[in-house]
Amino acid sequence: MSRRGAVGSQSNPSPMTTGTDTLICRNVWKVFGARAAEHLKAVDQDADRLAALGLVPAVRAVDLTVRRGEIFVIMGLSGSGKSTLVRCLSRLIEPTAGEILFNGQNLLTASDTEMTQIRRHKMGMVFQHFALLPHMTVLDNVAFPLEVQGMARPARESRAAEMISLVGLSGREAAFPRQLSGGQQQRVGIARSLAAEPELWFLDEPFSALDPLIRRELQGEFMRLQSRLHKTIVFITHDFDEAIRLADRIAIMKDGAVVQCGTPEDLVLNPATDYVREFTRAVPRAKVVRLASLVMPGPVPGGMPTLSARATVADAGPSFLSGAAQVGVVEDGQPIGTVQREDVIRLLLGGDA
Amino acid sequence: MTAVPTIAPRPLDARLIWVVAVVLSLALWLWGRTLLPMTFDYPKAWQIPAARWIGAAITWLVKDASLGSLAFSDITRAFAALVDKPYQLALGLLANGVQQQAGGVMVQYVPPISWIAIIGIMALLGLWAGGARLALLMAACFSFIAVFGQWHSAMVTLASILVAVPLGVAGGMFFGILAWRYPRFERALRPVLDLMQTMPVFAYLVPVLILFGFGPTAAVIATLIYATPPMTRITTLALSRVPDEAHDLARMTGCTPRQTLWRVLIPSAREPLMVGVNQVIMLSLNMVIIASMIGAGGLGFDVLGALRRLDFGAGLEAGLAIVALAIALDRLSQAVAHRGTAMARQGSLIQRHPYIASALALIAVTAIIGLLIPAVQTYPLSARLSTSPFWAAAVQWINITFFDTLEAVKTFFLVWLLVPVKRFLLDLPWLAVVALLGIAGWRLGGWRLALLTSGLSFLIAATGQWEKAMITVYLCGISTLIAMAIGLPIGILVATRDRLWTVTRVVIDTAQTLPSFVYLMPIVMLFRVGDFTAMIAVVAYAIAPAIRYTVLGLQSVDPRLIEAGRAMGCTRWQILTRIRLRLALPEILLGLNQTIMFALSMLVITALVGTRDLGQDVYIALTKANPGNGLVAGLAIAFIAIIADRLLSASARRARARLGLEGHS
Repeated sequence: MSRRGAVGSQSNPSPMTTGTDTLICRNVWKVFGARAAEHLKAVDQDADRLAALGLVPAVRAVDLTVRRGEIFVIMGLSGSGKSTLVRCLSRLIEPTAGEILFNGQNLLTASDTEMTQIRRHKMGMVFQHFALLPHMTVLDNVAFPLEVQGMARPARESRAAEMISLVGLSGREAAFPRQLSGGQQQRVGIARSLAAEPELWFLDEPFSALDPLIRRELQGEFMRLQSRLHKTIVFITHDFDEAIRLADRIAIMKDGAVVQCGTPEDLVLNPATDYVREFTRAVPRAKVVRLASLVMPGPVPGGMPTLSARATVADAGPSFLSGAAQVGVVEDGQPIGTVQREDVIRLLLGGDA
Repeated sequence: MTAVPTIAPRPLDARLIWVVAVVLSLALWLWGRTLLPMTFDYPKAWQIPAARWIGAAITWLVKDASLGSLAFSDITRAFAALVDKPYQLALGLLANGVQQQAGGVMVQYVPPISWIAIIGIMALLGLWAGGARLALLMAACFSFIAVFGQWHSAMVTLASILVAVPLGVAGGMFFGILAWRYPRFERALRPVLDLMQTMPVFAYLVPVLILFGFGPTAAVIATLIYATPPMTRITTLALSRVPDEAHDLARMTGCTPRQTLWRVLIPSAREPLMVGVNQVIMLSLNMVIIASMIGAGGLGFDVLGALRRLDFGAGLEAGLAIVALAIALDRLSQAVAHRGTAMARQGSLIQRHPYIASALALIAVTAIIGLLIPAVQTYPLSARLSTSPFWAAAVQWINITFFDTLEAVKTFFLVWLLVPVKRFLLDLPWLAVVALLGIAGWRLGGWRLALLTSGLSFLIAATGQWEKAMITVYLCGISTLIAMAIGLPIGILVATRDRLWTVTRVVIDTAQTLPSFVYLMPIVMLFRVGDFTAMIAVVAYAIAPAIRYTVLGLQSVDPRLIEAGRAMGCTRWQILTRIRLRLALPEILLGLNQTIMFALSMLVITALVGTRDLGQDVYIALTKANPGNGLVAGLAIAFIAIIADRLLSASARRARARLGLEGHS
C-alpha cells in the first residue's frame, strides 16, 4: 500500500499524464468523521489507527490510472468503498487527501466554477437507480444537461433526439419515466449521460437494479455503444461476471483499498490474494484467457484460418471443430504465431493455462 | 459478565421513586393545606405578570415601534393591503362583481361570474385533473351548495381560501426551504412551529386584529398563521427525503444551486409537497368559522350566526356547505398531485389550451344569457331547498318527548363523574403535580423531558392560571377517556372488516371536515349550556382519531404473527389481547395523543357554551380585545398540549423500541 505524500504540483503534470492516461489517482483517501483531514495526517495515514479513533476510512490510499478509451471496471462488494471512490473521482464527495489528475489537471485544487464546467462538458454519469426526473418527458430528461448549460431549445432537443435514437428508444420521446420499464429507463439514463458528449464516462452500477435478462441485453448494448464512441469509462459493479465481460482492466476493492488491478486475464491467472482467488475460482478460464497468452511465436502458413490475439479461448473453440491442429493468430493485422489444438482443448475442458 | 452501562435506572429503583413521590404527594395533599398553603395556591406576590407584559408589548408595537421613520403599524397595515388587493379581486369575480356605494346603496355595475359558469369551471378542473368521475363530483358538490342556498357565502369563503392557500403554500415553502438548507434555522424554527400548531386560534385572533385591523384581511392572516406550519414541515421533510442520486445528478450535470433546487429537487419532491398543499387547503377551511369572528364573513359567519340563534338547521346546512367545499377541494388537490405533466398540445392557441378556452367561453356565454335570464346569473330563490325547518322540528320533538330522560342522564354524569373529578383535581397541590409530571418526564425521556414537563407546568402555575388549567385538564381528560372507551372497541370491531371500515372511514372523514361548531348546536339544544354539554361535544369531535389510529395499529400488525398465533391454537380473544393489541400499542398511544389534541382544540370552542376553563379566558379576552390575557391563556393551553404530546410520544417510542419495531437507541 502506497503512502506517498499527498502534495502534488498541478502546474507540472508528471510525464505519465501525457499520452494515453486520462485519469490518475494518487493516494486518494476518503475518511468520514469529524476533523478527518487532521486526524489522517496525525496518524500518518494508518487506517487501523483511524478506525481506533472512531473514524471511517471508506477509501484508503487508492492509486489508479485510467487510460484513454478503455473500460476500467472497479469491482467490489457492498461497503467496499467503490461508490465512494467513483464519487471522489468526480468530486461529488470531497476526498480527504490525495491527488486526482484529469488530463493533467488536479481536480482537487480546481475551483467550484472550474469543477462545474468540467462536469458540464467533460464528465457524464449513469446512476444505479436511474435518477430520472419524474416530471419530465424522456426528451426533456435527456436534454436536461444541455438545458442546464443554457443551450437553446431547438439545438438541445435535436441533440437529445439523436441520443435517444442511439440507445434505441426512438418513438418514446414524449413518454414519462414512469411509463417505461427499468431497462428502458436506464437507456434514458445512458442517453442523458452522453448528451453533453463527455470525455469521461462514469457508470455507477448501471445494471444492478435490472433483471438478469435485461441486464445482459444492456451489457451488450453498452459494448456496442462503446465500440462506436470510444469513451474513457469508469464502470462500477459488484458483479464479477459483469466485470469480466466488460472490462479492459479491473480494480478489485476491499475495505476501501484496491486489492489488485489488472486485466481480467491477469486476475484469473495470477490472483494476488485469497480474496481475489475466491472471486475468480468459478470463472471458466477459457472465457478469460486470450489467445495472445497461448500463442507459439512463429510463421503462419498461408491459407491457415486466423483469429485475433484478443479473442478468448472460448471464442476460438469452434475454429477447431473441423479438426484443424492449429490456428493462426494475428495482432494489429500482423500474424504473430499459432495456437495448438491441445492447448485450447485443455483450457476448454477446465485445465490451467 | 461484562458491565453494560444502563441509562435508565433499574425497575426496582424506579418503582421506589414512584412510591416515594406518590406518598409525599399524598401527605402534602392530606396535611399540607395548613402547613404549606403556598403549594396549593400559588402565592399572588410571586406571580409573573405575563399578561400585562404581553399587552404592553403589543401596545408598544402598535403605537411606538418603528423601523427608522416607518412605524411598525404602517408595515402591518401595508402588508394587510397587500393581502387585500387579491382578496378583493377574487371576491369581485366570485361573489360581488363590481359594485360601488351610490347614495347609501350598493349598486352592482358588473355581475360576478354566474353560478352555472363556476360549476362548469369546477367540473372542467375536475376533468383536467382526474377525469370524468372527479368532474361529476366537483359539479355535484357545487350544485349542492347552490341548491341549499349557500352560494353567496360559499363564494366569499372560497375567495378567502383562494388568497390564503397560495400565500400559505409560498410562505410554508419559503421557511421549509430555509430550514432544510440551514439546520440551525430549523432547530430554532421547530419550537415555534410546535407553538403555532398547539396554540388555540382564538388566542392570536386579538393580536392579529389589533395589528391588521378588523376585516377579511385579518382573517386571512390568522388563517395563514394556522395553516402554514404543516407546509413548512412537509417541505423540509420532502426535500431531505429526495434520493442522493438526484443530488448527484444535479452536480454531475453542473447545475447551479438555484437550478439544483428548482429544476431537480423540488420537482422530485412534488408528491409530498402536494400533500402539504392539500393540508393547507383543509386547515384553511377549518379556520373559516373562527376567522369569521374577526370579519371573514362567508359560510363561517353563517354557522356562527346560526349558533348564536341556536338555529340548528341553518347551522347544519352552512356546515355541510363547508364540507362540500372541503370534499371538492380535497379531491381536486389530490388528483392534481397524482396527475403527471401532460404533453404539450400542438395547434392554435385554443387547441393548445382547450380547458382555459372552454372556461372563458362558458363565462362569456352565461354572462350574456344572464343579462336576459336572471336565473342563469344567480341561482333562483324559488328553486332553493332547505331542510332547516325539519331539523328544528326534530330537535324540538326530542326535547319535548325525552326531556326527563335527558335531564336524568345529564344529572347522573354530573353528580357521579364530572363534579367529583373536578373537585379532586382542583384540590391537588400544584407543587405535587409539577413534581409528578417531572418524574414522569424523567422516566420516559430523560432529564430534558423532565425539565420541559415540569417547567411548562410550573409556568402555568406561575402565571396564575392553575385553577383554570385544572378545569381544562379535567374536561379534556374525561372526554378523552370516554372517547377512547368508545373509539377503541369500534376500532377493534371494524379493523378486520373491510367493508365496515370503508363506511366508518367515510363517516369519520366527514365528521372531521364538519366544522366543530356544528357539533355544539344540537347538543346545546338538548342539554343547554354547561360542562356536560361541552364534554359531549368534545367526545363527539375527538372520537375520530381514537378510531382511526386503533384501526391503523391493528391493521399494521404483521399477519405472519397472527398466523403463528393461530397455528399455536390461540382463540380469537387470545389473538386479539395477546398479539394484536400488544403490537398495536404504539399506534394506539399515538391515537390517544391525537385524541387529546383534538379534545383540547374543541375545548376552546366549547367555551362558547359556558365552561369555566382556559378556553373561557381566551374567549373573554377575544370579546374584550385584550391581547395579553388571551395569549397567556392560549399559551397555557399550548403548554398542556405540549406536555401531553411529549409524554405520550415518549412512551409510544419506548413501546416501539420494546417491541423491536424500530432501532433502540
